[in-house]
Order: sequence, then structure tokens, then C-alpha cells
Amino acid sequence: MVSRPHGGKLIDRTVSSSRRERLLDEARELPRIILNSSLAADVMNIAHGVYSPLEGFMNKEDYEHVLEEMRLSNDLPWTIPIVLDVDKKEISDVKEGDDVALYYNNSPIALLRVEEIYKWDKKRYAFKVFRTIDPEHPGVFKTMKRKEMLVGGPIDLISEIPEPFEKFRLWPKETRILFELKGWKTIAAFQTRNVPHRGHEYVQKAALTFVDGLFINPLVGWKKPGDYKDEVIVEAYQALIKNYYPKDAVVFSVLRMEMRYAGPREAIFHAIVRKNFGATHFIVGRDHAGVGNYYGPYEAWEIFKEFPDLGITPLFVREAFYCKKCGGMVNEKICPHSEKYRIRMSGTKIREMIRRGERPPEYMMRPEVAEVVLRHPNPFV
Amino acid sequence: MADQRKIKYTTVSIPISLYERIRKLIEGTGFTSVSQFVVYVLREVISEMEEEKIRSDSISEEEKKAIIERLKRLGYI
Repeated sequence: MVSRPHGGKLIDRTVSSSRRERLLDEARELPRIILNSSLAADVMNIAHGVYSPLEGFMNKEDYEHVLEEMRLSNDLPWTIPIVLDVDKKEISDVKEGDDVALYYNNSPIALLRVEEIYKWDKKRYAFKVFRTIDPEHPGVFKTMKRKEMLVGGPIDLISEIPEPFEKFRLWPKETRILFELKGWKTIAAFQTRNVPHRGHEYVQKAALTFVDGLFINPLVGWKKPGDYKDEVIVEAYQALIKNYYPKDAVVFSVLRMEMRYAGPREAIFHAIVRKNFGATHFIVGRDHAGVGNYYGPYEAWEIFKEFPDLGITPLFVREAFYCKKCGGMVNEKICPHSEKYRIRMSGTKIREMIRRGERPPEYMMRPEVAEVVLRHPNPFV
Repeated sequence: MADQRKIKYTTVSIPISLYERIRKLIEGTGFTSVSQFVVYVLREVISEMEEEKIRSDSISEEEKKAIIERLKRLGYI
């Protein structure tokens, strides 16, 4: 059976077509808050249950609990605050209890019932979530540029935002039905922001050996400079799945959500999100959601011990490498040979090769995947 | 960074004999206090009980049909 949604109920804050027209008219008369693409994605994710049990942007009580305890105020695990930041002047006419319209690309996409307007300390947020206030950290840098006030309250989605990868976008309601139709009782979810190399493939297939199906769910949306562009990731996975995966064992769909680079905290958040999609297991990689040297390589594994009530089982699959003596992809636990026979799958090294226009060797990247990446004049953000 | 902790706690009572058993049990483990252990165990037990209690979400037949149609159209089934 697929996982229960986090908190027990899959949230649906989309409005019926019969109410939509009326609410759109209402929205045009209301004070406006302009969203950037990451916040607009959050609105969509809240409305479609990706962030269940959240029904809107966090009020102060949940925000404080998440920062301090990594739990919502009702004690459910939750590690990354989902907040809406605004300028004071943007909400100068707004008071608690009012409705406001959330605008994206000059159109109203949602209504928000303002429950609370409150200040936040961005440095404290950064320190708690990223465990650093170093502006070199991409998550800290982005946080410090956010606006000075937060607005909390439930939302109602009145207009869907067009998705460039619509063909590959599924919502939790859809994946849950899809997994059931496929007869999958155990589903391992794989989070990624990368083009797949052989190490990723090994980890996914190692997990797939023990479950009914694999759910590959890359993030599309804001990423730091130097990461792969969304279209490259999507095309590369299509090539990999088509050529190297059993047809009925994989579901691929994209999730529009920004990367935070919050390491261990984000690993828990990523697991909760995939639980809402129906996954029963979540693959946690080495330095999951990490960046630079801010987090230890296996800290994201350790943090799962703090959440016995997460409701999704983490799969800690060891980092894979190619062993010349074994003649294949292996990991520390199953390969007896010394380091001199081992070729590590370094994403940085592969990116450098691609930048030079070189084709990574087959033991690092499947030729069909390399072909996709090299075809793009500039595959990086 | 100033401590801005605002999380509320309350007290529950357990027999002293049980407290002592737990205190000995957690020696040398990652648990740093009896309270931490009790919170951990309660969360685990409660989440299992809640799982059993929660009824599954009901999607209307009409909506399910529409989703299946979309999944077919996109080539997922």
C-alpha cells in the first residue's frame, strides 16, 4: 500500500471550476502580493498536497516550532519553514483577517487569508536551517535577500501555472493512483538535481532490487549557478530510462521546487514530500542536498534517527564507484580492493569534462546520457 | 545568536522505578536524558497508532476516472 499522506490527509486547496471565475473576479479587487517563481511553485505545491499537511504559508507558531524543534506545532516532523516574505509597503493596507491576492506573472493565481503578519530574523533562520550564516552558502545568500516580513495563512489556488514540463509533471493524487494501478506496494523515491551518472544509476537500481517500483522525481526550478539546466536533466533521464531500465519498474516525473542546499534538514523535507506522493521508501544519498563542505558526507543519514515517526523508510545506499578489479560498479561494503583500483564518480569532475566538450567515459556516464548533455550548447545554469 | 526558544513543554509523571530503568537503559546510547528517550518512544508509538486510525482519503470515482485518463494520455499507463 502506498504511504499515507503526512499528517493523514492529502491536502487539496484547488478550487472547483464553478468557483474559479467568481474568485478570479474577487482577486482582482483585493490587495496584491507579487510572487517570484519559487514562491509561486510553493503555492502550487501547497494546493496540490505536495506539502501536506500544510494548507498555506506558515504562521509564527509553526515557523518557530520548525526552526527550533524541526516539527510543526502539532508535533509532526517538518524541517524547512514554508514562508511567504513581503515588503512592509506591499501589505501596508492589509491586516490580519483580510484576504489578499497572490499574483504571478501579472495574473492572480491564489487567494490567501491573512492569519498573521510577523517579523523574522533572517540570520537566525539561516543559522537554524543551513547551520551557517556564511553568505557564500547559496541558501544563506538567497535568504538574506528575501523581504523583511512574513505573512501566514491558508491559500486557495484559483489558477494553475503553466508547466514547461507538463508532460512529466504529476501531482500526489496522480502518483498515488498510478502506483496503485501498477500494483506497487513498495516504492522507493529518488530525489535529484543532477544529470544521472553511473553512480546514481547504481544507487537507484540497488534500491529497486528490494522494492516494487522506483519513483525518480528530479527538482526543476531555481538552482545555483553551475548546476544542470532543467531541460538537460529531464532529457538525460529520458535517455537513461529508455535504454537501461525495465519499462514497468520506473515512474519519472518532475517536481517544481527550489533547492535550498540545507543538507540534513532538507533530506528530511525531501522525504516528507515524497511520502505525500505515495512513496514508502526514500533514497538518501551521500551529502544529500549538501553544497561545498558545509555538511558532513553522512550527516543526512544521521538526522533520520531523530524521526522515528516520519512514516517513510530511508534507504541509505552507499556511494558507488567503479572498481577496475571487480569490473563493475560496486560500493565500500562489497568491494575488497584498494583505492588504486577504484574510480570515484565525481559530479564535479564530470561537469569539468563536459565544459571542455569531452565525453565522459562509459564507466562514468552512459553514452546516451552523455550524448544528451553534450548536445546542449550550455547545459549549465 | 540569542536563544529565542519559544517551544512549550509540560510535565508528565512516571514511576521512579521506571525512570531508573530507563536511565540505566540509555547509558552509553545516543540519548542524553530520560525525557529525550520518552519523547522518542512516545512519538514512535503514537505515529503507529495514528496510522491505524486514519482512514484513507476518498477520491470521487469521477475524479479518479479523470486522473486515469490523464495518466493514459501522458503515456504513464
